[in-house]
Amino acid sequence: MIGGLFIYNHKGEVLISRVYRDDIGRNAVDAFRVNVIHARQQVRSPVTNIARTSFLHVKRSNIWLAAATKQNVNATMVFEFLYKMCDVMAAYFGKISEENVKNNFVLIYELLDEILDFGYPQNSETGALKTFITQQGIKSQHHTKEEQSQITSQVTGQIGWRREGIKYRRNELFLDVLESVNLLMSPQGQVLSAHVSGRVVMKSYLSGMPECKFGMNDKIVIDKQGKGGGSEDVAKSGKQSIAIDDCTFHQCVRLSKFDTERSISFIPPDGDYELMRYRTTKDIILPFRVIPLVREVGRTKLEVKVVIKSNFKSSLLAQKIEVKIPTPLTTSGVQLICMKGKAKYKASENAIVWKVKRMAGMKESQISAEIELLPTNDKKKWARPPISMNFEVPFAPSGLKVRYLKVFEPKLNYSDHDVIKWVRYIGRSGIYETRC
Amino acid sequence: MTDSKYFTTTKKGEIFELKAELNSDKKEKKKEAVKKVIASMTVGKDVSALFPDVVNCMQTDNLELKKLVYLYLMNYAKSQPDMAIMAVNTFVKDCEDPNPLIRALAVRTMGCIRVDKITEYLCEPLRKCLKDEDPYVRKTAAVCVAKLHDINAQLVEDQGFLDTLKDLISDSNPMVVANAVAALSEIAESHPNSHLLDLNPQTINKLLTALNECTEWGQIFILDCLANYTPRDDRESQSICERVTPRLSHANSAVVLSAVKVLMKFMEMLPKDLDYYGTLLKKLAPPLVTLLSAEPELQYVALRNINLIVQRRPEILKHEMKVFFVKYNDPIYVKLEKLDIMIRLASQANIAQVLAELKEYATEVDVDFVRKAVRAIGRCAIKVEQSAERCVSTLLDLIQTKVNYVVQEAIVVIKDIFRKYPNKYESVIATLCENLDSLDEPEARAAMIWIVGEYAERIDNADELLESFLEGFHDESTQVQLQLLTAIVKLFLKKPTETQELVQQVLSLATQDSDNPDLRDRGYIYWRLLSTDPVAAKEVVLAEKPLISEETDLIEPTLLEELICHIGTLASVYHKPPSAFVEGSRGVQHKRLPANAGSGESVESPDPGSAAGVTEAPPAVIPSQGDLLGDLLNLDLTPTTTTGPPPPTTSGMQMGAMDLLGGGLDSLMGDESEPLGGDIGGNPAMGAAFGAAPATMPASFNAPVSGGLDDLFDLGGGVGMPMGALNPPKAVWLPAMKAKGLEISGVFVRRAGVIQMEMTLTNKAMSVMTDFAIQFNRNSFGLAPAGPLQILTPLSPNQSIEAALPLSTVGPVMKMEPLNNLQVAVKNNIDVFYFSCQYPISMLFVEDGKMERQVFLATWKDIPNENESQFQIKDCHLNSDAASNKLQSSNIFTIAKRTVEGQDMLYQSMKLTNGIWVLAELRVQAGNPNYTISLKCRAPEVSQCVFQNYEAVLKN
Repeated sequence: MIGGLFIYNHKGEVLISRVYRDDIGRNAVDAFRVNVIHARQQVRSPVTNIARTSFLHVKRSNIWLAAATKQNVNATMVFEFLYKMCDVMAAYFGKISEENVKNNFVLIYELLDEILDFGYPQNSETGALKTFITQQGIKSQHHTKEEQSQITSQVTGQIGWRREGIKYRRNELFLDVLESVNLLMSPQGQVLSAHVSGRVVMKSYLSGMPECKFGMNDKIVIDKQGKGGGSEDVAKSGKQSIAIDDCTFHQCVRLSKFDTERSISFIPPDGDYELMRYRTTKDIILPFRVIPLVREVGRTKLEVKVVIKSNFKSSLLAQKIEVKIPTPLTTSGVQLICMKGKAKYKASENAIVWKVKRMAGMKESQISAEIELLPTNDKKKWARPPISMNFEVPFAPSGLKVRYLKVFEPKLNYSDHDVIKWVRYIGRSGIYETRC
Repeated sequence: MTDSKYFTTTKKGEIFELKAELNSDKKEKKKEAVKKVIASMTVGKDVSALFPDVVNCMQTDNLELKKLVYLYLMNYAKSQPDMAIMAVNTFVKDCEDPNPLIRALAVRTMGCIRVDKITEYLCEPLRKCLKDEDPYVRKTAAVCVAKLHDINAQLVEDQGFLDTLKDLISDSNPMVVANAVAALSEIAESHPNSHLLDLNPQTINKLLTALNECTEWGQIFILDCLANYTPRDDRESQSICERVTPRLSHANSAVVLSAVKVLMKFMEMLPKDLDYYGTLLKKLAPPLVTLLSAEPELQYVALRNINLIVQRRPEILKHEMKVFFVKYNDPIYVKLEKLDIMIRLASQANIAQVLAELKEYATEVDVDFVRKAVRAIGRCAIKVEQSAERCVSTLLDLIQTKVNYVVQEAIVVIKDIFRKYPNKYESVIATLCENLDSLDEPEARAAMIWIVGEYAERIDNADELLESFLEGFHDESTQVQLQLLTAIVKLFLKKPTETQELVQQVLSLATQDSDNPDLRDRGYIYWRLLSTDPVAAKEVVLAEKPLISEETDLIEPTLLEELICHIGTLASVYHKPPSAFVEGSRGVQHKRLPANAGSGESVESPDPGSAAGVTEAPPAVIPSQGDLLGDLLNLDLTPTTTTGPPPPTTSGMQMGAMDLLGGGLDSLMGDESEPLGGDIGGNPAMGAAFGAAPATMPASFNAPVSGGLDDLFDLGGGVGMPMGALNPPKAVWLPAMKAKGLEISGVFVRRAGVIQMEMTLTNKAMSVMTDFAIQFNRNSFGLAPAGPLQILTPLSPNQSIEAALPLSTVGPVMKMEPLNNLQVAVKNNIDVFYFSCQYPISMLFVEDGKMERQVFLATWKDIPNENESQFQIKDCHLNSDAASNKLQSSNIFTIAKRTVEGQDMLYQSMKLTNGIWVLAELRVQAGNPNYTISLKCRAPEVSQCVFQNYEAVLKN
């Protein structure tokens, strides 16, 4: 298991050092700094073995989190834990920065004592932790006996992510379907790979211990229902259903129920959480098509023309459109003409950045650039990195639709109808690249 | 208020000031001081001098302050054991506190203080806490047992804590169960034979119930523990799998991978024909792909694991090539791992896409990545024969870029391609030679030198090229020096007249001017060989090289099995067993996959579903080098001992050495792992192949030996086959040019159940040839000379002699490519010559190859459809009866004939000497010269050969 956990700033100064096992000594703290943080080469692996001690690290902004061990630990678990640790810290004090870590070091030690015991991760749900790790030590003495046992049963219990007795005057639910659409396209417009990775993120402000059921246009479910109902249903709904390659759920979702009935039922945590993640690869709506045209004119000039076409309903608007066209390192000057938006050559990024604030569906726009190059005798050809694109569209490129989200709370007297529900779809570009 | 100020105090007298503050009456000030102490401790300052003052602050109602003091205690108690005892009372008191959080905190902290005196006091509170009414306290106490065990194992056993811990597996609270499982697993690991974790179906059931209810971390502990269990039978195995599969949808990658581990392990026990087995295989792919959208560090761990999974069960991800395409912004460690998996998944079906990607990668920025991409192109050529040509031309394109490291990498892989496809792509040598000067890396230089040496006879200025390397001989790395030595000796053996001086020079450089023992030894061996027996030298140095394996970097199977049991852990990331990086007793225990439930399955019912997994030959294509070399060295060189096989020797290597060096060096040679030919032409897999099982034929090839023997006994019986029914003209197998004037042409015939190799040997040289002997390399069907080659009279110049060599099919077996390829060595008084020829597979069709009709029907149905192959025979103008007669003469028997709508369907069977049956359906339509033939066989590899035979017979 994890033998020690260290947090460093970008210079390699240690901000937090907590040792859980006798086999990890103080020298381990230095070993990681010398061999990884101060190493000349860029990081070649997130797992490093130094003198028979393994270090697993992640980086958040310029803060390093490293777990040290001498055993054959479950490496996946350690990384998941490190990320969880970041989430917990962020939930307590916001951004993980040197400043914040230093300001909260006592809290961090307290958290580390709670969520790792002898190197074994324990309950790390912020909702539960916040009930008894409060930074106001004195308060703990005022817990009544009931409160105390409520805390402990929550921390260890089956529903470790939610405490009892939550009350809201207004029961409200916010549901966001956030998708990032990824594409790799050949210069000829052939889709080399495309997938959508989506997340269903919820904010729930519900009283009591509500039982929720979430439904979407999952092909398997719809087809199954279609069999039971009339054939008309199949024709009607089958068209709109989507094939989900795989999905994973927040730990509140009853997985065995999903496995057998494919229904998503759960008691939600209070506040923000990610209910599920999913991945689809079939019938993806690619919101934009990028058509590049690069021509080398002699040895010192490049002509680039890039056309973007929006491929969705004309009533919808895409936003925050940004096209990044890489330029050779030897670029000496760039002349740009674009029909829409603003374009700029950014020497520091070796790219032309073309920004368009808004663009409706079924439209087309283009940019032309003349790039002057310094003559060199470097034999190596320019690698031509792909043209990448960013955007945001108000629909789900996978075609996912929320069919229902039902809330039942048998003990309290509010019904599904009383809950105010908000649903929003946002599609963003993930890695959206076209080779040129 | 912020805490960062505590990090800034660095002035002198700090300790003194802190001491004063710690003893202050004001609570706030005290707390401030303790915080400062902890901050100093964090940055590595020694604040142990404040021990008594800090411990004094322990008696407080303030939980935050208490925790800080505990933190301090855990750090320094060991260095101040006597003073640490001061804290015991507080601990013991806290363990009785009404607040469960305080009780747990006390027992948790006490377990972290590794001081004997404190440990003694820990026992009673721990016993109480293990039975505490509050689950939070119990789950903390469970872990505490593991802590205590780490400090004093004996104490834990004496106090009976282990039994209490076992009881906690039945606790009502899932988290208590999970922690108890974690603690027990850890303790059991350090006592491999303690049977502490005696998992039985009851406890397994409890664990599976807790699995649904506990935290994500608890699920990992339980799954990792489950992975150590071996179910009693396939039904139990399946029921556990069914309850574990829902975990594949968990958001936590570690839960997913641990579930994958359990499933991969328990799957071994499921019969392959079970529907559930197929379902499970399908269920595994999506979650593995999903892991690739996790954070890069997790992707890396996942990819390292997928690398193992793909080697063990390639069928799981064979359709998922695209997800392993490299993204421009992937961190380098993810890119490199993806590339590895791409090569593993490359197949004929996806090779075009893969190559296009690899070509793209070869222009990227990161040098390591580019190198690996170039190497991958070469691996594709070796793996997928159909793509070899495209790969080679891609590599040539890359060489034209003149980017130094790209060129060097390309040359290294082209060398491997030459080894895989000899005599096919040598036309590119000229292009390679152009880049000679730019090579500055030892591996590339060595590869280039190997190529020059190997093809010295085709490179006009080979001597000049090698000589140019020789100038800076002593500055070269050992790898290059060794290669240069071998290459020049090869050159000398091929062009002895012009290169005598060169070889002298290199031998003296290697033996007299070098301090490297390897180089010197190799130099001496060559020198002796060349001076005592040039023929032997030729045989050793120019020996035929073993085929190189298709797969590279394959993990040795037993290690792979062990690593599969460690999926998700560091072992799976390092691809090393835990014993390689874990100290002490932990991890020394080697884990194994459970035995296959279907291991009793007979060879007769190979299952299509498992084709890639079990029934097929292990991927090690290369037989261990020693064996093959042994074969070649064992060639019967003395014509007088013409009876029987050569005497068994322990090692071919040793025998050769004894002959050549008079036994002086044999003990030394026995340890040499590299053949004398000194080929770096190998590849990383060769090392692996050493450890691997020797190459074996697909199980079905291991024919009953009696079949072949029967044939031999039939020799006199005269089954009475029409002679010469199919008697193609002799073909030239060995042209005189290649064999110093000896020309051999020959043909294979089967007469009365005996396979014969009928040869015409012609002497086109000026001198008399005597002392003929013949030997075969191992081959697909175990063909071997049944007796010596009977050429009793010397062969004078311009004379021809006929020789018939009866063959048996009981020789050593090795799969050849093509299947009917036969490598032959013929020796005479002048030299040893090698050639290869292909025999028509009908030679192997035995006379009793007619199947009963019922059996035929049943067998046809029984053989899975995947094994069926269809061919077209064009321009054949025989009617069905004529065809049937003609085929019968080569032991292809027609069992039934059916006419449907003017189309004749002939059902035919034939049986190979090794007992393999081939079933055929021949469709002949009147007036249509094109026949359609469907072949079904349990060993589908032979279908192609059988078809060719049909074509030959019918068109003859």
